[in-house]
Amino acid sequence: MSGIRRRDVIAGSALLLVGSKLAQAEVIAGHLPWHPDAGAPPRPVEPGGWRFFTAAEVETMEALADRIIPPDPQTFGGKDAGCVLFVDRQLAGPYGHREGLYVSGPFQPGTQQQGPQSPQTPAQLYRTGLTALDQYCHSGKLPQRAGFAQLAAAQQDAVLGGLENGSVHFDAVDAQTFFEQVLKDLQQGFFADPLYGGNRDMCGWKMIGFPGARYDYTDWVSRHNERYPYPPVSIAGRPEWNR
Amino acid sequence: MTNKLPSRDVVIVGLGWTGAIVANELTDAGLNVVAIERGPWRAAATDYAPNYAQDELRYRIRHELFLRPDQTTFTFRNKASQTALPIRSWGAFMPPNGVGGGGVHWNGETWRFLPSDFVLRTHLTQRYGARFLPSDMTIQDWGVTYEELEPHYDRFEYLCGISGTAGNLQGKIQPGGNPFEGPRSRPYPNPAQQQPFSHTLFAKAAAGLGYKPFPQPSGNMSQAYRNPLGVRMGPCTYCGFCEWFGCANYSKASPQTTILPVLVRKPNFQARDNCEVTRINTDSTGKRATGVTFVDTSGTEWEQPADLVIVCAYTIFNVQLLLLSGIGTPYDFNTGRGVIGRNFTHQTISDVTSFFDKSKFVFNPFISSGAIGMCIDEFNGDNFDHAPHGFVGGGYMGQVQTNGRPIETTPVPPGTPRWGSAWKRAVRDNYQSALKPGTGVHGSMYSYKDVFLDLDPTYKDRLGRPLVRITMDFHDNELKQNHFLTDKFAEIFQAMGAQQVVREYRKGPYDITKYQTTHLCGGAIMGTDPGTSALNRYLQSWDVPNLFVMGASAFPQNAGYNPTGTVAALAYWSAQAIRTQYLKNPGPLLHA
Repeated sequence: MSGIRRRDVIAGSALLLVGSKLAQAEVIAGHLPWHPDAGAPPRPVEPGGWRFFTAAEVETMEALADRIIPPDPQTFGGKDAGCVLFVDRQLAGPYGHREGLYVSGPFQPGTQQQGPQSPQTPAQLYRTGLTALDQYCHSGKLPQRAGFAQLAAAQQDAVLGGLENGSVHFDAVDAQTFFEQVLKDLQQGFFADPLYGGNRDMCGWKMIGFPGARYDYTDWVSRHNERYPYPPVSIAGRPEWNR
Repeated sequence: MTNKLPSRDVVIVGLGWTGAIVANELTDAGLNVVAIERGPWRAAATDYAPNYAQDELRYRIRHELFLRPDQTTFTFRNKASQTALPIRSWGAFMPPNGVGGGGVHWNGETWRFLPSDFVLRTHLTQRYGARFLPSDMTIQDWGVTYEELEPHYDRFEYLCGISGTAGNLQGKIQPGGNPFEGPRSRPYPNPAQQQPFSHTLFAKAAAGLGYKPFPQPSGNMSQAYRNPLGVRMGPCTYCGFCEWFGCANYSKASPQTTILPVLVRKPNFQARDNCEVTRINTDSTGKRATGVTFVDTSGTEWEQPADLVIVCAYTIFNVQLLLLSGIGTPYDFNTGRGVIGRNFTHQTISDVTSFFDKSKFVFNPFISSGAIGMCIDEFNGDNFDHAPHGFVGGGYMGQVQTNGRPIETTPVPPGTPRWGSAWKRAVRDNYQSALKPGTGVHGSMYSYKDVFLDLDPTYKDRLGRPLVRITMDFHDNELKQNHFLTDKFAEIFQAMGAQQVVREYRKGPYDITKYQTTHLCGGAIMGTDPGTSALNRYLQSWDVPNLFVMGASAFPQNAGYNPTGTVAALAYWSAQAIRTQYLKNPGPLLHA
């Protein structure tokens, strides 16, 4: 055999980025690979400022967030829960430009069973869709000519209902596709770990009683029909631990 | 320019479950083995450390541990008359990537197939007559029997420390186990896991209806375990982040937690990660493999010569490698001739979501493990008389809910708006008192003439190779089966006292965006006839005798169980044939 080489790097200079880790071809022999300080913890979003949305888009997104997840006396709405910050950081990151997905052409329309075939990235879809939404609201098709954010709540819900059921159309982009994307992303922001910017104070988890990133329920698996009593924990800990 | 490496006795393509098993067996036999893995090395410390593993967005939603479609993907169409289009992000199944393969992010559901599953065509024909089967159904016998595989199932279960309750010990039916299983030589190595509230409630209701519920065999440890190789695992903590996630706690059986610590230390073993095998090389006769060609992360091409080539990649990639290497005759669905790509199958999964009185039921759905669950097997395989029903096949069913992760698992009753105050209220009110097993009805998918794999004429991967094209649709037999099973399943939730039970039947056409399981099977199947199978009963290529192909690609059709137990048993069975027969006399182990 060719002898034991612990970390015989055979790759040249080109690196393949997998997740947040640099992946390089290696030969593994003799020992399990060990790298000091190994690991790829997630990077919490940095607060402050917008990375993707413009100020006008933020206004529209916050209005959308509060209609899709309205505030109530116990639980934040989508806006105060940070769902727009969540979507902003997602769109500014790998998700926004479909990193890792198959984006080679030709792009052709297919059946529903064949899955999405759009050449458009989520970032492009938001940019076009948010503009189209405001244009629609200004177009005179509604009782009130105003941006989406300025409409009355009932009017906003009517527009969203029309997007959802396909009765509202945009020229620049498929309105239903845009709606589905916004719905999915905002709701994910409400329930994803708070380190990604949404689910502020773990409000989404507290609302339903999900304990989050707790690790050990051994003592609880056999306690049947008894409400688990402990508050949630995020990967980033609990707010009071960090004060 | 291709760089040539020193020759090895054995080159293994892919270091998941089968690669690790075969490498360990053949290094024990004294052979020099190199395993070449497309993805990165994976370990708890680097890839899913306990302080950040429980991240639903990162692992479940953004698929961090899986193959990235920009590395390679497949094209898909329902019918051969359609143009196949690429799967741009994963949906119906999740191809693995990296050392450990699917063993990293599986749930650990470790079943044995029924004895009749291995002689399926013979068995069904004898019981119901040949005309009972649809004319385009291409099911076959495997060429290997349950009795032959039993010792190999046993080895895998003890390697993994499977937690379970035996149902049939050497022919004697045991209380609390699955009375339909084939005879096992000894009990499971570990007792069954503890069961949360809803799982016990399901078992009670099922027993009340006259069924025989039993705990699902689990690769999550019910207690600390030291396996026969001396590798230690810790007890599962029921954290509710198992499938789609790596186990940070060394509690889920995987190549990392059962074999690799021993295998990697052997002087006659070497692994290369982040290297993708692009071709199996053959000599001028095409009857002998000379090794493989692979490309590393810098784009440099390497040739690894070897006396034995063992392909251990994921189902479709095994088939792709055979097609791209010109080994075996590609399947032609017009004529029904050819074998590579033939008898491709998936699974027929459905679910039932049920809603209970929230003032009386608190399920804590987040307390769970990957392979936890209480199941019944009355409607699997041929455990019941199909004559009145007009279909064949079946599946186990059970309360096998693995999580209460809120992006994925916030069931609301039908008719609830999808957003707004009513949605928010319904999510809050039902989270603790609704049940959604996920893969509750785990049905078989049998093989058909018009469901197959070949190479796509248009779409290419990053290396310029044609993607594999999937042509797949559901057939009436499977849809009937699913309807029957889903109704039976729903009755049990009704008996549990649910206020509302919603049946989510599997419907056609087959949809590539809807997750079922990652249990793709077939395309390079084993059998008794080189005219209808790619491999003989030892997983040896009929065409190239120094080439063996492991994995579920060898299944002639899929049964109503999770495949890993059978995939691993076949790998041990094949490795034994290599050790005891092939090495003494290299060449075909069977003559057609």
